[in-house]
Amino acid sequence: MTDQHDGQEFVRLPTDPGDRIHEDQPTREEVLDWWVDRFGIGRECLAEFSYWEKGRGKIWAFHADTDSPVRVEGLGMSVLRTRGDHWKPTTNAVQRFGNRAEQNVIHLTREQAAAFVAGEDREIAWDGDWGYLIATHDIVGETEPLGVGLYLHGELRSQIPKGRRRDLGADQ
Amino acid sequence: MEVLDRYEPLIDDFEAFRAACERPLPPVVRVNTIETDPETAREALESEGISVDPCEWHPGLFRLDTQPGANWPYYHGWLHGQEEVSAVPATVLDPDPGDRVWDACAAPGSKTTQLSALMDDRGLLVATDNNLGRISALRSNAERLGATNVAVTREDARNHSLKPWESKPYDAALVDVPCSCEGTIRKNPDTLDEWSLEHVEGIAGSQKGILRRAVQTVREGGHVVYSTCTFAPEENEAVLDHVLTEEDCRLVEFDLPLDHAPGVTEFEGEIFDESARKAKRIYPHHNDTGGFFCAKLEVTG
Repeated sequence: MTDQHDGQEFVRLPTDPGDRIHEDQPTREEVLDWWVDRFGIGRECLAEFSYWEKGRGKIWAFHADTDSPVRVEGLGMSVLRTRGDHWKPTTNAVQRFGNRAEQNVIHLTREQAAAFVAGEDREIAWDGDWGYLIATHDIVGETEPLGVGLYLHGELRSQIPKGRRRDLGADQ
Repeated sequence: MEVLDRYEPLIDDFEAFRAACERPLPPVVRVNTIETDPETAREALESEGISVDPCEWHPGLFRLDTQPGANWPYYHGWLHGQEEVSAVPATVLDPDPGDRVWDACAAPGSKTTQLSALMDDRGLLVATDNNLGRISALRSNAERLGATNVAVTREDARNHSLKPWESKPYDAALVDVPCSCEGTIRKNPDTLDEWSLEHVEGIAGSQKGILRRAVQTVREGGHVVYSTCTFAPEENEAVLDHVLTEEDCRLVEFDLPLDHAPGVTEFEGEIFDESARKAKRIYPHHNDTGGFFCAKLEVTG
């Protein structure tokens, strides 16, 4: 076991706050609580995962477990960035788990959704909390998460990473 | 294309084989059942005016009349572009949810993510590759498709270590090795330009090493699927023959709902183990697909 985080290995998040390896490291409970508090995504789904940090504040969810630390290239899915005051979920995590969200979800029209996945910012009315929201739209009669938007000053700023952006056109 | 003439003694209808190799292949997508189901994905594609031609043998494979990446279901991670025959080995391995599985040559992750879906994204799926660039593609495909039980390692598969995984053996392994890719000629018409027997024989050495390591890391009674997208017996039956001699394993029969020919037991004077007939050769003219080779082994020691 190493004490220091060298950014090259995955370290399982502690269950006991006293076992943090750096002062900003969240505990497993804090991560589970955050999804409940921010999006209303219940523990029954996310408690099935083991949670790991690789590099400060980059949290991964793994639907299996092994001995910590482990030096590998990937362990499940990068789900959350916990550096700074406002934790930010990843696009992939929101696409995988976001259909369970019950709050801080902004529903977009097809035209707004197309702009969002193209990486464009849009002025959209929203009377809920500012900060990171889950953007959704309807596809074949189901509501599906698109990704993460940052809502500030009347504007939804698309957080879709460049490699995931698509020009899907409002007419499709 | 002359390279393929060496296989004339192995192939029943060689003219049909040659003709099929010259036809391009349609784009095919696999429905990602971690995120959706085939009916919903089909409805979503058709609502965008994309016509869907399901492959008869597999309910989650669709031939499309357009490139697969620019539509809403693809954006949502419901689809992955994957050549039809490349979906064969994961269905032959058919892991169960909760299994421990090794994908020995995983990048760019088409078969890895198919295995994860077959496991219902539960259990341990270790995905290995030795090239950082290809690992980047593997990781991004796994995450885009919502696979959360995949652990990615960068190693030479011949020296794969079980230590990060509590030193426990696997229930199953997929060994879809780098090969001379002759069977992809319909997708990459220049794939044979650099062909040489030296390359075939060289790559067969690493194929033998990877398959041996897979047999060593799987528990007794567990299965290993070996596959290539090439016709060369040096990379197929000869590799099986070598590993049958060196490791505790045997070839087993398996069902495959696609037309195919049995593995061969003789080529250019070389004789291979009789049980190599249990392997399956898929030629392009059989099902109007790419070419493929697939064998299933059971670990006996």
